[in-house]
Amino acid sequence: MLKIENLHVSVAGKEILKGLDLAVRPGEVHAIMGPNGAGKSTLGNVLAGRDGYEITAGTVDFGDKDLLQLEPEERAAEGLFLAFQYPVEIPGVNNTYFLKAALNAQRKYRGESELDSMQFLKLVREKLRVLHISDELLHRAVNAGFSGGEKKRNEIFQMALLEPRVAILDETDSGLDIDALKMVAEGVNHMRSPERAFVVITHYQRLLDYIVPDYVHVLAEGRIVESGDKTLAHKLEQHGYAWLDERRVPERATP
Amino acid sequence: MATEHNDIETALNRRYEAGFVTDIETEYLPPGLSEDVIRELSAKKHEPQWMTDWRLKAYRHWLTMPVPEWAKLKIGPIDFQAISYYAAPKARPKSLAEVDPKLLETYDKLGVPLHERAKLAGVAVDAVFDSVSVGTTFRKELAEAGVIFCSLSEAIQEHPELVQKYLSSVVPIGDNYFAALNCAVFSDGSFVFIPKGVRCPMELSTYFRINAVNTGQFERTLIIAEEGSYVSYLEGCTAPQRDENQLHAAVVELVALDDAQIKYSTVQNWYPGDENGVGGIYNFVTKRGDCRGARSKISWTQVETGSAITWKYPSCVLRGDDSTGEFYSVALTHHAQQADTGTKMIHIGRNTKSKIISKGISAGRGQNSYRGLVKVEKSASGARNYTQCDSLLIGKKCGAHTFPYIEVKHPSAIVEHEATTSKISDDQLFYCRSRGLGEEDAVSMIVDGFCKQVFKELPMEFAVEAKKLLEVSLEGAVG
Repeated sequence: MLKIENLHVSVAGKEILKGLDLAVRPGEVHAIMGPNGAGKSTLGNVLAGRDGYEITAGTVDFGDKDLLQLEPEERAAEGLFLAFQYPVEIPGVNNTYFLKAALNAQRKYRGESELDSMQFLKLVREKLRVLHISDELLHRAVNAGFSGGEKKRNEIFQMALLEPRVAILDETDSGLDIDALKMVAEGVNHMRSPERAFVVITHYQRLLDYIVPDYVHVLAEGRIVESGDKTLAHKLEQHGYAWLDERRVPERATP
Repeated sequence: MATEHNDIETALNRRYEAGFVTDIETEYLPPGLSEDVIRELSAKKHEPQWMTDWRLKAYRHWLTMPVPEWAKLKIGPIDFQAISYYAAPKARPKSLAEVDPKLLETYDKLGVPLHERAKLAGVAVDAVFDSVSVGTTFRKELAEAGVIFCSLSEAIQEHPELVQKYLSSVVPIGDNYFAALNCAVFSDGSFVFIPKGVRCPMELSTYFRINAVNTGQFERTLIIAEEGSYVSYLEGCTAPQRDENQLHAAVVELVALDDAQIKYSTVQNWYPGDENGVGGIYNFVTKRGDCRGARSKISWTQVETGSAITWKYPSCVLRGDDSTGEFYSVALTHHAQQADTGTKMIHIGRNTKSKIISKGISAGRGQNSYRGLVKVEKSASGARNYTQCDSLLIGKKCGAHTFPYIEVKHPSAIVEHEATTSKISDDQLFYCRSRGLGEEDAVSMIVDGFCKQVFKELPMEFAVEAKKLLEVSLEGAVG
């Protein structure tokens, strides 16, 4: 459902992604690991449609759509979700209100009827129960004054509510203590389904103890240099990313 | 093709929905300003001699005053001789039932129905069209409660003792250039009197409409709340879309006696001019409340989205011991709009408190200045002020400026000032969009959040209107 081919991306003239390929099918969980500066966050941002990235080559298909032609809000409505590494604070905007507006904007785009307040609240209660999140988060402004753990929890809550087809988690584990990490993992595991896929971007193997991936890819210097099953993550943990250097596949000729 | 063209037209017009002109037979005074014009104006309104004299005194004083130039505003010279100082619909109805249907239709279109069957529930409206009040709703119900709510012209005829006692008791004749001009030529406005111990049974509101071309609007409002009374008053303003600048110079005076409370809310949506700064209203307003009595409270809330130029500082004189003054403001400047607005809190009585929450939003090439004075006099022991002044910038060509003045003459005073300036960040926008919100919805949501503290001070219906206005005013601000 998400097919990335030969993706080249530059930021301010510097090439960050250098021919990345990735195919994600429904129901799969892909982990993307890699050293700092490999282009992991760039991948998440480019897929979600953030400005400031120049796509110089390659294609990304999302279902039957050309993802790169869509506005960020259209990608969201098509079912792409990015859990931010650093969720943004929006002072004065109530979290519940924000989510209701977002969900209804997506529903409207898809030609579905918008939820009224009662229907929305029912949905919220249901998700809160499953995720074991207190409803206290709902009454506050979006991420304003949230702790690091609360912000990540809020991302997972948004994901649960928006029910995307593909969710990209951008280093969601960074800065989390073990309890918060488990909670995030639990949320993701609960949402795993044959129709939904996850791309879990992480620096550490730790998160993958809780979210067990079907595939692990190593992103280094802008390309996927190694793919495997979950045991690859363990090898990386043991040997470090330096181990890859010896196994590096030859550079592909850039078009 | 024709339909398509209409769609574009509709979309364009949506930017300033109140920009239409009502075609109605209007009586004008010819342009120009002189003692004779003032006498004629006064005579047209059948005013008593003391009123005419008062006007002339103000006019003579005005002639000696220089045009104020201290505000951070670029204003072309105003030709006071090119303006007509009086314009009124020819037919003068005796009651609302006789009001010209065209006028009723105008107010209907503006969302302020005046006729009996569609009156706004629970809100009494005085409608001022150009220079005159065309009608006031709910008069009977209010009279039963002892509340006087009528046009100032009527009050001069029917309650001269009240008018004489309070008029210019808060804003003196020579207070400032535009206030003096207003004294000389003001044509109408609202008068409110809440007697001792009465809680006004409904919201009172005045809807100001400029319609006629080449005229100025100079209205004057006087609100008196006697001991222990309460009133909430709202004002709204609109004008047609025109290429010429039009002058609006108003004065509002509030008097709160012991334990009285006045809540004054404004949604100002005068025509702001077009994207290039052509046309729009010059809005020079003097608003001041006098907390004359002990424990009295005056609260100003304003949402300023319109006008090419806004020059306005709703202030509180905290004379009574333990009195409270509040100022909540959202001022938006888009395109070429300029605003220099803020407040003055003058602490005179003991243990007086004031609170200032100002939110400035600049977009396009808009320039937005907050100018505020907090003054604690020698007599004001235990005075307390809190000021929060936030600016939000949208885009790269706009500006936000803050000019706080603090003068403290009593050592026990506590004065706090907080100020922030932020941009709607690309991160915030992207975050909202990545959740499915369109760009403009995202901006209005962020702006709405920014203004929350002020909006919650507005009466419910006004808060909704204010929010919508901001959305429309910010159209095209991003991207």
